[in-house]
Amino acid sequence: MKGDSSSAIVVANLTKRFGEVIAVNDISFQVNKGELFGFLGPNGAGKTTTIRILTGVIRADGGAASIEGFDAGGIRAKQIAGVLPEMANAYNDLSGWDNLMLMAKLYGVPSSEARDRSEKLVESLGLLERKTSLVKTYSKGMKQRLILSMALVSDPELLFLDEPTSGLDVQSARLINNMLRNLNGKGKTIFLTTHDMDEANQLCDRVAIINKGRIVAVDAPEKLRMATSSRHSLEVSFSGFATTESLAQLPGVSEVQKVGDKYRLYTDNPGELVMQLVNHSRTIGLKIVSLNMLAPSLEDAFVALTEKEVEHA
Amino acid sequence: MLDTTLLWHQIRRAIVIARKDIRIYYSKGPVIIFGVLFPVFLFLSFTIGRHMSVDFMIPGLLGMILFFTATSISPIVVPWEAQARTLERLMSCPVRLETIIAGDTLASFVFGTAISLVPIILGLIMGIAISGPVIFAFALILAALCFASLGNVFSIPPTNLPATVNMIASVVKFPVVFISGIFIPLNELPVWGQAIAYISPLTYFTDIARNCIQGQGHLPLALDFAVLIAFTVVFLVVAMKMHQRTMPRRI
Repeated sequence: MKGDSSSAIVVANLTKRFGEVIAVNDISFQVNKGELFGFLGPNGAGKTTTIRILTGVIRADGGAASIEGFDAGGIRAKQIAGVLPEMANAYNDLSGWDNLMLMAKLYGVPSSEARDRSEKLVESLGLLERKTSLVKTYSKGMKQRLILSMALVSDPELLFLDEPTSGLDVQSARLINNMLRNLNGKGKTIFLTTHDMDEANQLCDRVAIINKGRIVAVDAPEKLRMATSSRHSLEVSFSGFATTESLAQLPGVSEVQKVGDKYRLYTDNPGELVMQLVNHSRTIGLKIVSLNMLAPSLEDAFVALTEKEVEHA
Repeated sequence: MLDTTLLWHQIRRAIVIARKDIRIYYSKGPVIIFGVLFPVFLFLSFTIGRHMSVDFMIPGLLGMILFFTATSISPIVVPWEAQARTLERLMSCPVRLETIIAGDTLASFVFGTAISLVPIILGLIMGIAISGPVIFAFALILAALCFASLGNVFSIPPTNLPATVNMIASVVKFPVVFISGIFIPLNELPVWGQAIAYISPLTYFTDIARNCIQGQGHLPLALDFAVLIAFTVVFLVVAMKMHQRTMPRRI
């Protein structure tokens, strides 16, 4: 398989079918060593299927994937990767500490090393005081932090994280994201799937957007944002009520959304639209209270790219 | 070429999986009910009030307890793990699927062997004598491994409900007990009954147990051992091959 020594993950023409449904359709991408790579897509896009193939849980029907040069799914590839599967659970009938020791043994980590590393992990992820409690008594956030610790107990070179902060409280999510930044800072490669565009924007060096089993874009979040020129927008609020219909009729406006007491107008010519809005406010007899020009967000880029894919289909 | 280091690592990890199973699943309700209580009560219901010698009773009781206990854990572990959402994590560890199955089999094997010591000790207290204790011990170990492997065959259908697997297992286990020379010795069965008995692995262990405890078996010992070994190999191969297909469908 192609891929140089700087590649941590190489995926080439990967395909997976479930009956009639093509969950992953001939996808190819590379993740560089030390990179924090985001894998974005709507529900059912093929994110989890891809991560399951890469972590050896299921087999691909076609194509190939390698982890640090080893075939994905093989023992050697699994040995160097830590995994946090989506909706995974630790063993409820064991304590947090025993779960960590179990995972260390399954990765062949020597006992003294496993204990030292686990002590540091439970401390840094706020589980120290509850480490000997049964997991069934943990909150969801604690469980997720424990499962992340279990993925890290073997000190893997590469981490696969499937929706690691999904459904978590702000504190747990922030703790996990800070941990990921630190790990990435220490040179760990991280492959992360998420629904949270802000999270991807804040964390990832590059993101791939997958929709209906196909990769629609792979680039840095900032480049993807800026490439979506038609998603420039103006956010305006008036001193009184304005109808979205009248705003939608302004020249150059492609879409209008009401966001709280503000209106967001999408356009490919924001400068011209400012003048149109000023004129419009005079016409309807309202004052402009605030007016902000917004560059497209990663979410805008995501919506634009996935919608384009739907139109092509 | 066989990588011996890799093989050794997998053996050690199978033992880790077995120890995890022992800690988590030995105390689960279905294991206690189907593995310990059921065979004891079933045996009592067929023996109380009937005049049977201890020499006749103990091989039957031992065979039934070993069969039920050794097949009580291995069928439920995989569906239980899938239901508890721990299976995907386990499958992404550096272990082969065969290692997972071997670990589950080992946990069931240890449980079956340990519990079967109870009727043996009971029998020794009541005055039975075991001729050829080494052969008997080997038969016990082989049969426990065979039945534990059979347990993994029960869990092949990709359901994540342990109760469903227990139902499938019960459909096979109960008829097997009645056709394996537990309650009626093989030589007292009609020819058609004996023909059916020969398809049950429990028949061969019970025959060895009767040979060692009663001093008379129906089949040659070598044949009993050969068939038990063959059953074990077939169950293990079938379980490992078929779980390769069905395990990913549980996720």
